[in-house]
Amino acid sequence: MHIFEFIRPKNSAAAIAAAAQSKTAQQGADVRFMGGGTTLIDLMKLNVETPARVLDINRLPLDKIELMPDGGLKIGATVRNSDLAYHPKVQQDYSVLSQAILQGASAQIRNMATVGGNLLQRTRCVYFRDTAMPCNKREPGSGCPAITGHNRALAILGASEHCIATNPSDMCVALAALEATIHIQGTKGSRAVAFGDFHLLPGNTPHRETVLEPGDLITHVTLPPPVVGTKHLYLKLRDRASYEFALSSAAVVLTIASARITRVRIALGGVGTKPWRSPEAEAVLIGKPANDANFRQAAEAALRNAKPQTENKFKIELAKRCLTHALRTAAAS
Amino acid sequence: MSDDDPKSRPPSPTRRKFLLTSGSGVAASLLAAYVPASAKGAAEESDSAPTNAGPNIEGAVPITLRINGKEHSLRVDPRTTLLDCIRETVALTGTKKGCDHGQCGACTVHVNGRRVLSCLNLALMHDGEEITTVEGLGTPEAMHPMQASFLACDAYQCGYCTSGQIMSAVALLKEPCGPDDASVKELMSGNICRCGAYANIVDAIQQVRKRA
Repeated sequence: MHIFEFIRPKNSAAAIAAAAQSKTAQQGADVRFMGGGTTLIDLMKLNVETPARVLDINRLPLDKIELMPDGGLKIGATVRNSDLAYHPKVQQDYSVLSQAILQGASAQIRNMATVGGNLLQRTRCVYFRDTAMPCNKREPGSGCPAITGHNRALAILGASEHCIATNPSDMCVALAALEATIHIQGTKGSRAVAFGDFHLLPGNTPHRETVLEPGDLITHVTLPPPVVGTKHLYLKLRDRASYEFALSSAAVVLTIASARITRVRIALGGVGTKPWRSPEAEAVLIGKPANDANFRQAAEAALRNAKPQTENKFKIELAKRCLTHALRTAAAS
Repeated sequence: MSDDDPKSRPPSPTRRKFLLTSGSGVAASLLAAYVPASAKGAAEESDSAPTNAGPNIEGAVPITLRINGKEHSLRVDPRTTLLDCIRETVALTGTKKGCDHGQCGACTVHVNGRRVLSCLNLALMHDGEEITTVEGLGTPEAMHPMQASFLACDAYQCGYCTSGQIMSAVALLKEPCGPDDASVKELMSGNICRCGAYANIVDAIQQVRKRA
């Protein structure tokens, strides 16, 4: 690990001012906010992240979960994943989020990891994590050995010729389906970013993963008011039953009236370079009877543009069955 | 389970005591050697006044850790993980280093009553917080019920993962966990046992839960 200066900013303004001195808020940032540390310290040990300054934001007042006047939920950036997953309001009205978090990582990591940190969770692509290998995300222009190498777990949606790394987060898949909003405070004031706009596709700049600029501090995430009568489900398929990243996952938020689907939100995990909302699948289902044939059609639509890597053609069918089964199970719940 | 208290150690030199005493000098000199001169760690709002600061390592930052109810005023390199601080600086070796990357759970300790992985935390992040290691759970004479249950159920083979397993298991008692074995297995999935003592570990935990 490289030496760094450890600073505990007095307030958000001091944190933002200190972070604004970084050349970038993306890969290779020389100033980093420290939340739970579960991603950052791991990557610092590997010398994938080498910040000169680490800003400990754990004692800033960003750790509350609050009901908003409109009935929505405000979740502070340093709320621990376990506190969010076990919050009664989340379990009752945003169950897909609770399910997704509890199917990710381990109890210890969920106790440490923050909401803001999980939004910025880095890929588990082995080439990104190994500084002896080229990686366009870590060293722009150095190449992507994953495309011809070990790519069984990597992305089949949203990849480019420069990067095929999967976004590993479960929480983010649920937040995509819940249409969360991410609130950011920066040097130019505050702004709100729709969840779908926060993460970037790799394109030819895979080192840019989010819209964050130097000094930008995620302060909280908001969820819209819960929709009455919705069914929630997060289904995660993986190589072992627990403590493993998804090969394919699906977050489903479904409303059915008179046996027809009146509202549906679908997002996929483990298959995309970012948390993968699927408006294509949603469009197939709106107004249709909630039956297996339609669920399968929705899954076909969600994966229509999927491009397999050399080792993971199986993920296309796996993701289709994952989504079909998630929709079927949610509808029957 | 009380390496921090010399009085509780057996009078004859045990293997652990030998390693501990012979190793600590080496560790200290290595630590002093590997801190680069350019190190400039400084916590901006550190309220702690080091009362019993260790050797004056350049770039080291003063912190106070409360471990098992005892206050330790220390100076640590900012890079020091909570795990390394507990093992190398405070010399409580019950907490184990397995993978050092948050994948095995051997380093599990409690911070403010919650289980965390000490390998993925910096010591500096926990200035003033309440840390419990396996040494703080019980003593050989008065074991924590979970320690006694692990012993009774033979819930280990080599023992390397055991302190992490026990720290996780004790924390689990206060977490939302269904009554069945499957729920215990799910909440214990962050603690890997290479010997495969899982069945007995689940038994040990369930016995404590049933008695509670």
